[in-house]
Amino acid sequence: MTSNPNKARGIKRRINQGFWLALLRLAILISLLFLVVFLVMIFAKGGKVLSLSFLLQAPKEGMTAGGIFPAILGTLCLTILTLILALPLGVFAAIYLSEYAKTSHFVNIIRTAINTLAGVPSIVFGLFGLAVFVNMFKFGVSMLSGSLTLAILILPIIINASEEAIKTVPDSFREAAYALGATKRQTITKIVFPAALPNILTGAIISVGRAAGETAPILFTAATFYTRKLPTSVMDEVMALPYHIYALMTEGTAPKQQVPIAYGTSVVLLLLVLSVNLIAIIIRYRMRKRKKW
Amino acid sequence: MVDKIVCDIVNVCDLLSVQSLNLWFGEKHILKDICMNTPCKKLTAIIGPSGCGKSTLIRCFNRMNDLIPETKIKGKILIDGIDIYSGKMDIYELRMKVGMVFQKPNPFPKSILDNVMFGLKIQGKLNKGQMIEKVEKSLRDAWLWDEVKDRLHDNAFSLSGGQQQRLCIARALATDPEIILLDEPTSALDPQSTAKIEDLLVELKNNVTIIQVTHNIAQAARISDYIAFIYLGELVEFGLTEKLVTTPKDKRTEAYLTGKFG
Repeated sequence: MTSNPNKARGIKRRINQGFWLALLRLAILISLLFLVVFLVMIFAKGGKVLSLSFLLQAPKEGMTAGGIFPAILGTLCLTILTLILALPLGVFAAIYLSEYAKTSHFVNIIRTAINTLAGVPSIVFGLFGLAVFVNMFKFGVSMLSGSLTLAILILPIIINASEEAIKTVPDSFREAAYALGATKRQTITKIVFPAALPNILTGAIISVGRAAGETAPILFTAATFYTRKLPTSVMDEVMALPYHIYALMTEGTAPKQQVPIAYGTSVVLLLLVLSVNLIAIIIRYRMRKRKKW
Repeated sequence: MVDKIVCDIVNVCDLLSVQSLNLWFGEKHILKDICMNTPCKKLTAIIGPSGCGKSTLIRCFNRMNDLIPETKIKGKILIDGIDIYSGKMDIYELRMKVGMVFQKPNPFPKSILDNVMFGLKIQGKLNKGQMIEKVEKSLRDAWLWDEVKDRLHDNAFSLSGGQQQRLCIARALATDPEIILLDEPTSALDPQSTAKIEDLLVELKNNVTIIQVTHNIAQAARISDYIAFIYLGELVEFGLTEKLVTTPKDKRTEAYLTGKFG
């Protein structure tokens, strides 16, 4: 009497389980498919134009031939300057938040503000940069304006990553330093910060990838469609990889030649960001292996 | 009764003198009216059941409790006749004078050399050559030199647990402290490393005053000269080790020594 409904329930359960697992597998499959199609498409369309001269030459003949060297250089300069501006600021802010600020209403507001900043659409940062750095501070359309805008964009990432990194340093290190007569500043600069540095750097490198790939913040603040001149100072406007793609696709006059160049540029940008992330992964892996606390 | 015992010892030396010390964490009364004088260049063991306040007590001696918010302290602790809680005492000087070794070995994630040199660099009194001499001496005093002399630049985490704890002792010795506080220094170690550290402490007390917290009565009996028994935040009994172990005056001490609680 009782065995039949039990059996039926068992079968139903098994079907449910099977359906559930199939659903999960399908989700993974679709995600992977997207990734593979994405990579294949980009490389298939952009791979053709890739060559050493594509990397090392300036655009020629009204952007229908030649390479993208000024854009590569521009993106590198923008990113490095961004990091120089944002890293110290972000790290100091993180040290304050994690080591000095007591949990209070005020600090919670700061944290919320930082996280809100992280969610602001990047085009809004671009407009802000135009209004403040380009016009108000009269930095003009320049590497400096662009890097300042990008710096604000990645600041929350750096602060959050640094704060997490500092929190993972065990208190036993702080205790040991205090017990030896170290001041709070010495404890932080000589013990806590060096111990947190690998994780801080990982966060910084990931934020670099973000800065390198952004178009909107530099659209009105730093990027130019075409310049023959390589940047010589932070007040120069520059070409940049993401903007170069955008410009070729929207303002180009010879799509037949220019679209492949845009795809080629995408490949270069993609490889650049991926290799930066790879560096971060390698650093993290090495440090995890060495770290024993 | 406590007063009488304390008086016996005042005659020996009064390097560290605790006078009616009371401590609260928030509303919790942790240490209750503790009076004791710790003899100079002797090993004093502080024993008692877990949570009785023995670690909190020694953390008063180098003011590590200052780091815990909502700590309130009343009473006096004199070291060399100076009240360490008065404005006259520089807290950083105090901590160089009163070194500390913790329960779990906690070397810095730096080289062996940098670990021992840390306190010296902070002091900033010696030049590089003098500092390296001092590092060698401290490592020798902590019986670690022969094991690490060829690998001073290796990371401290490459050492075994017992070696790490001796490194922490060397690190504490480097700034020439008068007192070394040890908070259950062998509880995280294997028996062999423990034996080595016990022998080391017996030798170290020739040069420096040692105050050690332990929950191991046998260890206290083996290596200490004096024992302070703390129970529920009170100093129940304080006296010469052989006397206190063989003929405790207080029933609570006797009960603890015979394993009735703890």
